[in-house]
Amino acid sequence: MEQQNLFGGVDPEVQERVASRRDALFGMGRMGLTLAAASVPVAIAAMARSAFGQTIPASIVQALNFALTLEYLEAEFYTRAVAAGVIPGGDQAIFTTIRDHENQHVAFLQQVLGSQAAARPTFDFTGGNGAGNGPFSPFTNYGHFLVLAQGFEDTGVRAYKGQAPNLMSIDSVLQVALQIHSVEARHAAEVRRLRGQRAGTAEQAPYKGWITLSQVDAAAAAIQSVYNAGVDAADFPTESNTVQGGVNVATLPGQTAASASESFDEPLDMARVLQIVDPFIAG
Amino acid sequence: MEGSIESGGGFPAGLARPIARRGFLERTGGIAAAVAVGGSLSACDSIFGGGDDGGVVLDFSTDFGVLNYAYALEQLEAAFYAAVVGHAAFGTTFPAQERLVLQDIALHEAAHRDFFAAAIPALGGQAIPTLNTLFTSINFADRTQVLNTAQMFEDLGVGAYNGAGFYLRDAALLAIAGKIVSVEARHASAIRDLLSPRSGAFAPSAFDDALDPVTVLGAATRYVSANFHLRGR
Repeated sequence: MEQQNLFGGVDPEVQERVASRRDALFGMGRMGLTLAAASVPVAIAAMARSAFGQTIPASIVQALNFALTLEYLEAEFYTRAVAAGVIPGGDQAIFTTIRDHENQHVAFLQQVLGSQAAARPTFDFTGGNGAGNGPFSPFTNYGHFLVLAQGFEDTGVRAYKGQAPNLMSIDSVLQVALQIHSVEARHAAEVRRLRGQRAGTAEQAPYKGWITLSQVDAAAAAIQSVYNAGVDAADFPTESNTVQGGVNVATLPGQTAASASESFDEPLDMARVLQIVDPFIAG
Repeated sequence: MEGSIESGGGFPAGLARPIARRGFLERTGGIAAAVAVGGSLSACDSIFGGGDDGGVVLDFSTDFGVLNYAYALEQLEAAFYAAVVGHAAFGTTFPAQERLVLQDIALHEAAHRDFFAAAIPALGGQAIPTLNTLFTSINFADRTQVLNTAQMFEDLGVGAYNGAGFYLRDAALLAIAGKIVSVEARHASAIRDLLSPRSGAFAPSAFDDALDPVTVLGAATRYVSANFHLRGR
């Protein structure tokens, strides 16, 4: 039901933005703006396919289905949380915004992938792998909800970042993935700041939307693995990494290990990401 | 005086990538579109050998041109935040929590700037010179104006990286650009949250902008006394 609404009702502004990006990439002038709203991602998919003949390379399908799985997770997480009433009124606008974005990402990826789109998994947001008896109660405990939101968003940022090099063969797909990636980072920063500002909690520094070293606050110890290294650690280092392209940023003027780590987010490999979200997927 | 942008519509030969990079004037709707975003733009599709007037050449035919484009933007951002946190009225213009945010961002942008300054020559390229920035139009004792300008720079930075990613040919450099752009997006989110707390303003769309370099540099030239010459796109 949710998806049917999305396919027909994607914000016209979003459609225009996507169309504009596509125009910029392909030099097609403004004609894209006249396309029916839901057909724009289809057009991008068609052009992506045309760059390679009939089919998108399997490696790209795999990367996009990986992204789709994470977007399914996030979309359902926020949709259920908003419906459950666990979110205080003053924070409602934040999470309806994020929910809507994740649903739009799902709709977009489904349309790009077409018949190759992965099915929506069954989720268990207790982290119980389908048994429903995991350690989290995000739809009745707001603190739990916020910890998982931070974990899912920061994981999403790392996941998209890790896949970017795999999308280089199709410019349009890479670009739209980047356009989603930075939105996930906006979400992550907002959730982190919101958590920090909660009164009476021993949570993280109350203003930071960025990741300091690979630290989590005491309330978020359960999501430590989100910030650790992947495989291999050279390509997917811990978030505390300070060496970029052979330059140790921590030794640059005025910098510390903390500020250097905050200045660069790190990618994470597909297997590690799937391991992180596995407890939330049934079966 | 404010900078300008001159752009040569190059069609680099022998691109390995499957989708042709069209001349950017064609792609962005031509000179009119470029002029609309900045006050002192000039664009000439035919001038290709310029750049000898002391301007800044950004040659996208190699990844170093893209890195220098990022370096130019990071210089601008770093200089802006240095001016914000270094201003005599900083302590009275912003409450404590906002000062912490701005001081962090100032450090991050300096890290990005100094990273490119070190990495470009280390990788065998030639870094563009230090840019002269012009912030005389900004009243640094005006909280709202500073935060609005910060929001503009952060959103512009996000759009610039998103729009430049596909020009990079080296996967390792794309990975580094990806590491930076998400931090810029975190900044944009935080600044927007300072201006409109606990609203949906932190992420205005499900898909962030991906901006063409002509648009980005057009917006930037107001704050830089350099002439940019885009090549090889």
